[in-house]
Amino acid sequence: MIRFILRRLLASIPVLMLVSLITFGLLWLVPGDPASMFLDAGATAEALDRVRREMGLDQSFPVRMGHWYMRLLQGDLGQSLLLNRSVVGAILERLPVTLSLTGLAFVVSVLLGVAAGVVAAVRHGRLADQGMMTLALIGLSIPEFWLGLVLIWLIAVLVPIFPAGDYVPFTTDAWQWARHIALPTFSLACVQMGFVARMTRSSMLEVLGQDFIRTARAKGLPEPYVVVRHGLHNAMVPIVTVMGIMVGALLGGAVVTEQVFSIPGLGRLIIGAVLSRDFPVIQGGLLFLALIYLAVNLMVDLLYAAIDPRVRLE
Amino acid sequence: MSATTPAPSRRAAFIRRLMDNRSFTIGLALVGVVVLMALLADVIAPFDPLKGNFKARMVPPGAAHWLGTDHFGRDILSRILHGARVSLHIGFLVALFTAVAGAVIGAAAGYFRYADGPVMRLMDAFMAFPPIILAIAISSVLGASVTNVVIALAIAATPHTARVVRASVMVVREMEYVEAARALGAGHVRILLRHVLANAMAPLVVRVTYVFAIAILNEAVLSFIGVGPPPPTPTFGAIIANGRDFIVAAPWITVAPGMAILLSVLGLNMLGDGLRDVLDPRMAVTTR
Repeated sequence: MIRFILRRLLASIPVLMLVSLITFGLLWLVPGDPASMFLDAGATAEALDRVRREMGLDQSFPVRMGHWYMRLLQGDLGQSLLLNRSVVGAILERLPVTLSLTGLAFVVSVLLGVAAGVVAAVRHGRLADQGMMTLALIGLSIPEFWLGLVLIWLIAVLVPIFPAGDYVPFTTDAWQWARHIALPTFSLACVQMGFVARMTRSSMLEVLGQDFIRTARAKGLPEPYVVVRHGLHNAMVPIVTVMGIMVGALLGGAVVTEQVFSIPGLGRLIIGAVLSRDFPVIQGGLLFLALIYLAVNLMVDLLYAAIDPRVRLE
Repeated sequence: MSATTPAPSRRAAFIRRLMDNRSFTIGLALVGVVVLMALLADVIAPFDPLKGNFKARMVPPGAAHWLGTDHFGRDILSRILHGARVSLHIGFLVALFTAVAGAVIGAAAGYFRYADGPVMRLMDAFMAFPPIILAIAISSVLGASVTNVVIALAIAATPHTARVVRASVMVVREMEYVEAARALGAGHVRILLRHVLANAMAPLVVRVTYVFAIAILNEAVLSFIGVGPPPPTPTFGAIIANGRDFIVAAPWITVAPGMAILLSVLGLNMLGDGLRDVLDPRMAVTTR
């Protein structure tokens, strides 16, 4: 197992290097002068010079890249052009908000998605199956930001149980936090719920058709025990493997959902930076999201190897 | 050539299997209606999608304006019909570019063993960014235009597509008929195009149908955030963004275009499900 962990860690180094290269290269895609894109058309030459210097644009490309990597290795992503503070500081301040939204949506979508998928598989071909799968398909096809807006209109405004936006930190008031995060979590979780339900159903159907299920039933085990202990346990393996991809999709969705519900997380920071062309923050945000994704996938792989020893030998 | 050659009858059998698939037929009908409405937007749209009417601002759905008007007095139905044209156009181009790029990259990685490691590590690196964030960043850096939105969404969708193609190419590569072709002296290009890719197409077709759906969803997100095609171009996402500030006073501005997205994407997803059932039943379901 230790050899597997080491090998997996080593394998992630080239990917990490490429990720940082893509993040850095993004600025290279900017047509023309990034400094003049950040400032208004009427900016003075001094202001342009100042921003160019701040972004390091007065130096040649290899020098800039060298500087960027030197700072990156020290955990420094530079200064925000707009917020007048360090990029890392701004990101770390907002990260817990995004992580709590993403984490909550992950738990909700896995729990409800797996439950719906199991029910659909057990009631294969019946009304419950068709109903669940229709809902799952609609969940997969719904634009999550639009669902958020409709929820704001329907629930927050017409039936004001939940607030329509804003955010209260968990440490300030747990109850208010829960009320504020309920709608964003639901609108974010819907898509992945549909995805998990479909995955679980097809995986369960395959497992339930195996011989050992028939054996378990023949032994006279109670049906719920057969379905959960023998069926679901084996059906979870493919679901665990796609959890990493799910986290990526949830992080992306969270950025947009934060925008709809005015939640001050990493997403709002990135979108604000995108709209004001605050390039260091865009790069820093991208890098952080990629790092989270890679870390989660590393954990998923290790978990997978722990569940299924065959993986370690590949 | 007589009518009894096996090729046409095989095609007919294939089409019959598709048409027997309920998911495929419903999806086809939904997509067909949306495409038809988009194509005929000039003819069937009752009003100019860009021209406001200050005497008819935020009119609720009714006889004159079936889906109401926005805060400029623009007819929502007309904007949705023209928006469907723009959104479908973008979705189609993204699907096309992704199919080509995914096929080339995936085939190269799956067929040439020495290319596999480096190419797939690069794809892994791109996949580390949430696709929608990558698209937002690229689109904002390149500047807002239809072309740049297509580029951004295609780059975001390509790595996963390449991975799908690679997986099926790696299976086909080991087939005996590929070995036979090689023994007969066929070159790599010929083997790849005629023997490997031709037999590894099914997962790509399914994936690209889903990419079309994902592109419509993601284009809406880009427009909603403000890095999509510049206003006043009507796209599904842009109409929703317009309605956002009036969600209480005039919810119809927001609700109707969202339903249009839902129906288009639902249609494409069902089409994809049907194609998967017929072409490639063992393929896993996909997410955004």
